[in-house]
Amino acid sequence: MADSEVLRAPHVLEYPYLRSVGPVIGAFLTGLRDGHILGARSQSPDGAPTVIVPPTEYDPTTGRDVGELVEVGPSGVVTTWAWASAPRKDQPLDRPFAWALVRLDGADTAMLHAVDAGAPGAMASGMRVTARWRAPGERVGRLLDIECFVPEAAAP
Amino acid sequence: MTDGPATPATDGPVTKLATPIRIEYEYTAGLAQSRFLKGIAEGKFLGQRCPACGKVYVPPRGSCPTDGVATTDEVQLGNTGTVTTYCVVNVPFQGQSIEIPYICAQILLDGANIAFMGLIQEIPTDQIRMGMRVEAVWVDKDQLGLSMASVKYFRPNGEPDAPYESFQEYL
Repeated sequence: MADSEVLRAPHVLEYPYLRSVGPVIGAFLTGLRDGHILGARSQSPDGAPTVIVPPTEYDPTTGRDVGELVEVGPSGVVTTWAWASAPRKDQPLDRPFAWALVRLDGADTAMLHAVDAGAPGAMASGMRVTARWRAPGERVGRLLDIECFVPEAAAP
Repeated sequence: MTDGPATPATDGPVTKLATPIRIEYEYTAGLAQSRFLKGIAEGKFLGQRCPACGKVYVPPRGSCPTDGVATTDEVQLGNTGTVTTYCVVNVPFQGQSIEIPYICAQILLDGANIAFMGLIQEIPTDQIRMGMRVEAVWVDKDQLGLSMASVKYFRPNGEPDAPYESFQEYL
């Protein structure tokens, strides 16, 4: 039997998960919808105050409950990044962009998001970026309510 | 980051987040399954026999898992078989296409040495039993295609139950 007689067909697996987000991530997502980025107050093992963004229910270092939520950002510093030269379907931007860890002003941890920098030459660790929000009516309580970050120098 | 379609929540606290995962494959059936599916599209079950142990596999995978040799002899099987074991499904789940309760059974086609899963209809769910003789009910000829959707379901064919000894090896 010739190879052309072998059948092929699309096969799609889809898991339509709907997650319950809990009190802390829920407050974070509610904040995004309303145009605020929230972090959780905590303490490092030696007792120094820290802010975790995105907030978690427990401090990942000490395992202790976190404290109140505080607003951070909307600007911050790129701590590290990787260039996505060929964005895939459903990624945050449809043009080449950087995946970056962004440590927002007031935060002690960095958050993964996209930076719309145009070209890899415009990216550098230590550069300042600021959030580009979706329009209020388009925000529903998810990380992509921030469309992406942009270099602060290029921000309007 | 692939947090996908948004969960509508225009006011009040956000309590849920849609995080669908979608994987798109192109499935290649291989020579043996392609032959099987082309048989299905003609309204017949095609198996393959192992040249070493003589067992007939349906649907065929192209080799015998016991002997590790290619199964090249094609065997056309009958339209009837025996329920070796079964499960009555009472639990609803997302994407369910059949009204519950329904019967999911392992069916050993006459002439085959392995059972495959099939839907049993035209019988109250409390009357299904091991050894029940069944026959395939196909879609109309003009609806036959290269998929198991060509077999609508199996139903009792009225023959006396098969003795346990005749299918005990296949449980």
